[in-house]
Amino acid sequence: MKDVRLDFPMLNSDIIYFDNGATTFKPNKVIDAIDDYYKNYSANAHRGDYTISYKVDVNYETARKKVANFINAESEEIVFTSGTTDSMNMIVNGFFKNFLEPGDEVLLTKSEHASNVLPWFKLCEESGIVINYIDLDDNLHVTMENVIEAITSKTKVISIAGITNVVGDERPIDEICKYAHANDIFVVIDGAQLVPHKKVDVKKSDIDFLAFSGHKMCGPTGIGVLYGKKEFLERINPVRLGGGMNESFDSPSEVYLKDIPTRLEAGTPNIAGAIGLGAAVDYLNSIGMDNINNYEKKLKSYLIDKLIKLNYVDIINLESDSGIVSFNIDGIFSQDVAFYLNKYNICVRAGNHCAKILKNKTGVKNSLRVSLYFYNTYEEIDKFIELISDKERIMKEMI
Amino acid sequence: MDNELKREIILDNYKYPFNKDGSDELNYEKVNTNNASCIDNIDLYVLVEDNIIKDIHFNGEACAISTSSTSIMLKNIIGKSVKDAINYIDNFMNMVNELEYDESLLGEAECFTDIYKQQNRKTCVTLPYTGIKKILENYI
Repeated sequence: MKDVRLDFPMLNSDIIYFDNGATTFKPNKVIDAIDDYYKNYSANAHRGDYTISYKVDVNYETARKKVANFINAESEEIVFTSGTTDSMNMIVNGFFKNFLEPGDEVLLTKSEHASNVLPWFKLCEESGIVINYIDLDDNLHVTMENVIEAITSKTKVISIAGITNVVGDERPIDEICKYAHANDIFVVIDGAQLVPHKKVDVKKSDIDFLAFSGHKMCGPTGIGVLYGKKEFLERINPVRLGGGMNESFDSPSEVYLKDIPTRLEAGTPNIAGAIGLGAAVDYLNSIGMDNINNYEKKLKSYLIDKLIKLNYVDIINLESDSGIVSFNIDGIFSQDVAFYLNKYNICVRAGNHCAKILKNKTGVKNSLRVSLYFYNTYEEIDKFIELISDKERIMKEMI
Repeated sequence: MDNELKREIILDNYKYPFNKDGSDELNYEKVNTNNASCIDNIDLYVLVEDNIIKDIHFNGEACAISTSSTSIMLKNIIGKSVKDAINYIDNFMNMVNELEYDESLLGEAECFTDIYKQQNRKTCVTLPYTGIKKILENYI
């Protein structure tokens, strides 16, 4: 994997970047694709009367096709959004708000990201749906047994992350979808930490809705994806109306909208973002998602093996299935450790990582998080371990 | 004050913070202070009588800089009149914001005179000051 580092301008420095759960660095291919759009065919979409705009349409739709292929969906099932948060809000407010009745139950877990909690909380306040939680086991994992136990005759939706951002556990999506669909329950997957790290096949897994962000998978910021099965996307109420998404309009009763997915992309789309995301997909494919996933798991095991030897380190998610490791150093506030590491150009995250209800479950309010990606190296982990191997040094240098 | 002494004062106030035992049982005025960009979260419990700050305690989870800054602030303003306390606070903020300030008013807080060099820690060191001002301003 070492060669890939040359593809990333940000890695041409002494920064050790361990905050890939927050966002990822961009390879030249992505930066070049965006640059090319702004420099060489910087027109709007849907204005095919002239050559450069036609090129925008072609490249924008090609990006959609690339994203669709990446998760084995159809192009028309891919809506470009501003990111996972935007996608989740569209799923909840555009689809489920009209579909769910008061008393209907939505199942979440205590380790979900805010973007898979707050839209549901709001809907709960507005329309009287009920939110319940699937219990996490001792390793903070979701088991099929606990999913089944949480389901009642009123359960209509299971909305969970594919991989969580603090615990890094991978949920058994295929089994959950199978069981849920047999019981007429929708499955919404927050794919922000999943899609960048593991091959996702929405058809094989039979996912109803999937949300993910471009910037966490080497793509640009401000672009994300809402995948929905065609029959469900058709039923999403556009929450934004305006240019680009209408066919014609004469009066309030005579408004004709375009087909999906365009109907759900009002206004000038994030053209550069979509094209950049298309380039990111090409780039990830060129490395291979299985290679990425296997390498990250090896890196993570290497890190855990070393961390576990430090008796003052408390690892929150020893059993995680991804490149995410959350831990605390006994007696030192997580943010102080992060500041200390920053002095050596190591970027880690301290905090509650937007999963604020998890603290009720773990009793740990804040932690440090190392989240790895395929361009991280064993040498970087060695350097990191060396720096936290001396607790006295942390205490001395953290201020 | 040399760097070693500054570090010692900060660490000492972090490890053995002054009056870090605040609770609702005190029946004092309470203010929470936190900021969006970091995870520090502190509650201040304040007793003001006859425009004199009689007592303050605090509690919460915060980094070494926030905790020690709170500890030092408490030591420096308990017993002061509201007006003097606000002068002290404004002087401290001026120091952090690289404006003109009077070093003689700082006391132990002199350990933070270099904090401006670490921009990302300015919010930590000023956290208790933003909180206490919310209460003291009601007494002016």
